[in-house]
Amino acid sequence: MSANSLQRLAPWLTAAVLVAAWWLAVVAFDIKTFVLPTPWEVLKALYTYRYALFINGLATLSTTLLGFVVAVVFGMALGIVVGSSRLAYSALYPLLVGFNSVPKAALVPIFVIWFGTGTVPAVITAFMLSFFPIVANIATAFATIEPELLEVMRSLGASQRDMTVKIGIPRSMPYFFASLKIAVTLAFVGSVIAEIVAGNNGIGNVMLIASSNFNVSLVFAALFVVGIMGVGMYAIFDIFERRMTAWSVRGSATLQQFGG
Amino acid sequence: MTFIQLTDVDLIYGSAGSNPGEGTLAVSSANLSIAHGEFLALVGPSGCGKSTLLKLIAGLVRPNRGSVKVDNEEVIRPLKTVGMAFQNATLLPWRNIRDNVMLPLEIVEPYRSRQKEDRAQNRDRAETLLAKVGLSDFADRMPWQLSGGMQQRAQLCRALIHEPSILLLDEPFAALDTFTREELWDVLQELWAFRKCTIVLVTHELREAVFLAQTVHVMSARPGRIIKSRSVDLPRPCTLASTFQPHFVELVQDLRNHIGPGKQP
Repeated sequence: MSANSLQRLAPWLTAAVLVAAWWLAVVAFDIKTFVLPTPWEVLKALYTYRYALFINGLATLSTTLLGFVVAVVFGMALGIVVGSSRLAYSALYPLLVGFNSVPKAALVPIFVIWFGTGTVPAVITAFMLSFFPIVANIATAFATIEPELLEVMRSLGASQRDMTVKIGIPRSMPYFFASLKIAVTLAFVGSVIAEIVAGNNGIGNVMLIASSNFNVSLVFAALFVVGIMGVGMYAIFDIFERRMTAWSVRGSATLQQFGG
Repeated sequence: MTFIQLTDVDLIYGSAGSNPGEGTLAVSSANLSIAHGEFLALVGPSGCGKSTLLKLIAGLVRPNRGSVKVDNEEVIRPLKTVGMAFQNATLLPWRNIRDNVMLPLEIVEPYRSRQKEDRAQNRDRAETLLAKVGLSDFADRMPWQLSGGMQQRAQLCRALIHEPSILLLDEPFAALDTFTREELWDVLQELWAFRKCTIVLVTHELREAVFLAQTVHVMSARPGRIIKSRSVDLPRPCTLASTFQPHFVELVQDLRNHIGPGKQP
């Protein structure tokens, strides 16, 4: 087997080993189903509740993506501002860090007071968890533009807008896509937490109901669905990243370096 | 005829206006006059304010005292008729070499508003320049695929594409090995003959200054002032062979003596 195909199989193999160990542990220590179900029982739950999981999965997915899209737009704009101006940086960045340190789960009840239960708190929580990595990455990309390059641009009479469009945004793309991969997984965390605390649908709500019924197999099945959606979104942005920022990945095999 | 005129220029860094006594005096009482089409070199110990003089000419910083005039007009904002190149090539890694060279045309008028109509013409313009510096075959390459010397050649093209009347070079060859550097002296000499623009070169390499410039100004350690100006009466164009001639060596030695003593034996 070539090293390349081994690398492709590696994530599946580790997953299989993990599942096998889980299964073995449950059988070996005779763990009750309502404490930890076997993978097989989780699979059965996935099948039995496939309809509910699908509908609620879709609800969670749309909630997550909505919060995530807002986070991308807002995070990018704020990142550009914070990264372009030293004043904005010192005014806003400490505040952002402080804000990001607040446990978002603790805020969900407040959102419920403000907006009622349902989708809105989940969208907001997804947004709040996912916007910070985007702001931080874009701001870093903008703040680390080579000063000489800015001088070249200024000596040509470039406006702030020119610098943002011609230099800042293209330069920040690798940072941006790296942050999207992190942000989208955090957005799932946010929306599911909010659904558990105050949802009336979504995967989090399924988990809440299932655990109150001691249907632990279903809880795990729901977790599995969230995990799959997270990996799926991650993979999509990974493809985007490769497509759009190929320039930042040096020395790919088809290209060669020239001396001189 | 004088094209660039610096009169009694002081520049203080780190003074936010409130306390003129604080901050570092980077340039002190600098007087400099540069003729149209002249190739001038500024040499001096590191940190003597050579680069600051370039920024003053480009209008990127304003003097605290004195005046900077280009073409008889006080420089109060960044000039747009300037090309700049630095030690670090600062090419945009997401653009190929041709598009990097064409960057100024997307910013400077009148090229900016005519980009669509003049697309083919601008491409030709970039490729002519790239051919001049020996990069014809590399227009479609990405910057990281080029060696340091080639990146500097590309940077020179970017600095010249919008046909600036002034080219400001801040130690453009300092990071290169000796052989590559000497190759680029030839390239720059040719570009100057081709474009006939006014060039101000900041360097700490005396041979480079004598090789390329018509006039060499020596600056003192901080606060930088010009302590010696010397015209170079070598036949142009200079060749590598001329750098071994007694007169060339003598010029370099004379300049060296003004920079301040090296370590005494």
